[in-house]
Amino acid sequence: MANIVRTDEPARQAATTTRQLTVALAGNPNAGKTTIFNALTGGRQHVGNYPGVTVEKKEGSCRVGQTHLRIVDLPGTYSLTAYSAEELVARNFLIHDRPDVVIDVLDASNLERNLYLAVQIMELGAPLVLALNMSDVAEQRGIRFDLGLLSDLLGVPIMPTIGHKGLGKADLLAKAVEVAERQDRPAPRRIDYGPEMEAEIGKLQQRIDQAGQTPDGAGSRWLALKLLEGDENVRERIADTSIVAAAEQAAERLDSLLGDTPEALIADRRYGFIAGACQEAVRSTVESRRSTSDRIDMVVTSRVLGLPIFLALMYGVFHLTFTLGDPAMGWIEAGFGWLSGAVGGLWPEGSESLLRSLLVDGVIGGVGGVLVFLPNIVLLFLAIALLEDTGYMARAAFLMDRLMHKIGLHGKSFVPMLIGFGCSVPAIMATRTLESSRDRLTTMMVIPLMSCGARLPIYALIIPAFFPRAWHAPMLWIIYLIGIILAVLLAKLLKSTILRGEAPPFVMELPPYRAPTLRSVGLHMWNRCGAYLKKAGTVILAISIVLWAMQQWPDLPQDREAAFAAQRGLVLARTQLPPEAKDELIAEIDQAEAQAALEASLMGRIGRGIEPILRPCGFDWKISTAMIGAFAAKEVFVAQMGIVYSLGEEQDEESEPLRARLQAAYTPLQGFCIMLFCLISAPCMATIAITRRESNSWKWAMFQLAGLTVLAWVITATVYQVGRLLS
Amino acid sequence: MHSNLIPLTMARPGQRVRVTRVEGGHGLRGRLCAMGLVPGTPVEVVCFGGGPVVLNVLGGRVMIGRGMADKVMVREA
Repeated sequence: MANIVRTDEPARQAATTTRQLTVALAGNPNAGKTTIFNALTGGRQHVGNYPGVTVEKKEGSCRVGQTHLRIVDLPGTYSLTAYSAEELVARNFLIHDRPDVVIDVLDASNLERNLYLAVQIMELGAPLVLALNMSDVAEQRGIRFDLGLLSDLLGVPIMPTIGHKGLGKADLLAKAVEVAERQDRPAPRRIDYGPEMEAEIGKLQQRIDQAGQTPDGAGSRWLALKLLEGDENVRERIADTSIVAAAEQAAERLDSLLGDTPEALIADRRYGFIAGACQEAVRSTVESRRSTSDRIDMVVTSRVLGLPIFLALMYGVFHLTFTLGDPAMGWIEAGFGWLSGAVGGLWPEGSESLLRSLLVDGVIGGVGGVLVFLPNIVLLFLAIALLEDTGYMARAAFLMDRLMHKIGLHGKSFVPMLIGFGCSVPAIMATRTLESSRDRLTTMMVIPLMSCGARLPIYALIIPAFFPRAWHAPMLWIIYLIGIILAVLLAKLLKSTILRGEAPPFVMELPPYRAPTLRSVGLHMWNRCGAYLKKAGTVILAISIVLWAMQQWPDLPQDREAAFAAQRGLVLARTQLPPEAKDELIAEIDQAEAQAALEASLMGRIGRGIEPILRPCGFDWKISTAMIGAFAAKEVFVAQMGIVYSLGEEQDEESEPLRARLQAAYTPLQGFCIMLFCLISAPCMATIAITRRESNSWKWAMFQLAGLTVLAWVITATVYQVGRLLS
Repeated sequence: MHSNLIPLTMARPGQRVRVTRVEGGHGLRGRLCAMGLVPGTPVEVVCFGGGPVVLNVLGGRVMIGRGMADKVMVREA
């Protein structure tokens, strides 16, 4: 392993290495591909159990001797016929980018099915190395492999690996380099498709060769097979339509002759080839028995207990988020309180310093207010990582399928929605696993209704401020539930109007339950914490300063400033008053002036401008300004409330926490309406941008923005008005 | 003697069956093939939950939607 050097600087490497090879990492979802990728490159990236968590083309690099390897992690796929956007990405890379070598990661416990993809890559003629992953788990289950024999039978080298322990990676890489650099590559094993089919394949192959119709250098045998399978993508790429027509006729002939479609016949032969090899080289000492996974599933996915368990798990997540996070939040809050006192104390009593206000009100009030919620964020992401890594996510899809079916989607759409509880951006990217573009769009549109991690600080600020302790977890649960229900209703509306269409077939793998590894969960949490801290230190800091400045200028008009000064003069002139009473009156006047200054500032004016629109929802101009800030990033709502209430008040070491001030200023109904509006209204800029990218149109991004904002206004205004009438 | 051809949704949990034919479109068949559900494959019905059907296919667990399961014709193995 000593000859493998992890590097983040390919440019520097280029000077010393002689050769660069591109290695594609392919494999079924859940085969442990991402773990292998991490082990090879030391890349920091999430490992999940849900099929297709690897939605982006991820690259890493490493070195073997003098050879520099560029490793591309492809999305997981089951076959080379692409059904979803993700699978298309993987397949296109293999076919068009022609990597120097393909490493196909196989789940040893599920070998036959995993080899189906391997056989197709083999038929494509790509230089291939198989990585038999998690062979330790399979051997525990009583499966024995004769790798030498299996490798001979398949005609492809096989290397054993144990991804999460990083075992076997040096040998795997060495073999990959050897295969990539081999000049006289032996022809791949040819699967015999039987005399009838071989005759048709031969005829098609001849026509393709004659016409020179081999797009992207794919072999004519592979193209002929794909045409017989009816692969849409290959059909489109063949310019000569007479060849496509000939393939269709051949398929019909085979169907009537052999009693099944060529597609099924070809798959059958491939599985036959695989089964033949496995029969010789794989020994299973135990009869397939009910595994622990099945026993867990008997309960977790049962008709009676399934949904209650799911809801209870979700409740548990929110309960933990609050109760476990509470003490840590208290410490951070106290820390910032002390910091703001200490920084404020650097300036002498009574001096008016802009820098002091910038640091205390803008930076500490804004960024500090957001950082306080770090413990909540960490816990929420911990819970999501656990749900994903254990394999429960796929069960959630199973449980929700019946409900989702009623709204015209299927259970698979629910997984991106669950990821949406963490962040809408990866959730919208995760919709790539959906096959139908209509389903994808519908899911994308409603994902922002799943309360993301950035909205949690808002709830964490509001709920304890207005509701008794016993209500904290239920209230949070209710807010999340409202989001889910709205998402479901909206999806139903979209699917029955503008995005009407048949639900595509629902097939999904239920990965076995796995104990999440500390490393994987730790990596995931570390990434999330890092991202949150980075966001707080960059975007939120910048926005906080801008918001602070907008509340600092323009100054109060001189005549009004003079009026406040005159008031102070009058108080000071009243000689019969005791000094304490004087101080109190002066403080009151100061506060009124600060309030007036805030209202006169740019932000105050904007807030006042939109206040009439948001007043029916129960929002004053201060909340209105925070809602504008929330569009940049949802956490900014908290930062802005921190700034607005920090500026308006006398600032000292004993200043009340923001929650107490909110409690004094608003009713619980208003608090609830704030949460409701933040939940539903305009998703953040990043979400709009990713929707634009993934839907490939501004139209859908704008539709999402406008639609959700209008919906938020209607619902919040209704709740506020009805609530006011009732109370 | 062959037993009767039934749709997968009619099979009992725990029953071992053999896939005989997949009715339905090209996309559906290809999808099932990729997951190992090729005609001739023995599968075991693991559970039904009222919604999707969970199958044991070559050792792995695959769930397929009810509508789809209706189109997979099986024979008792």
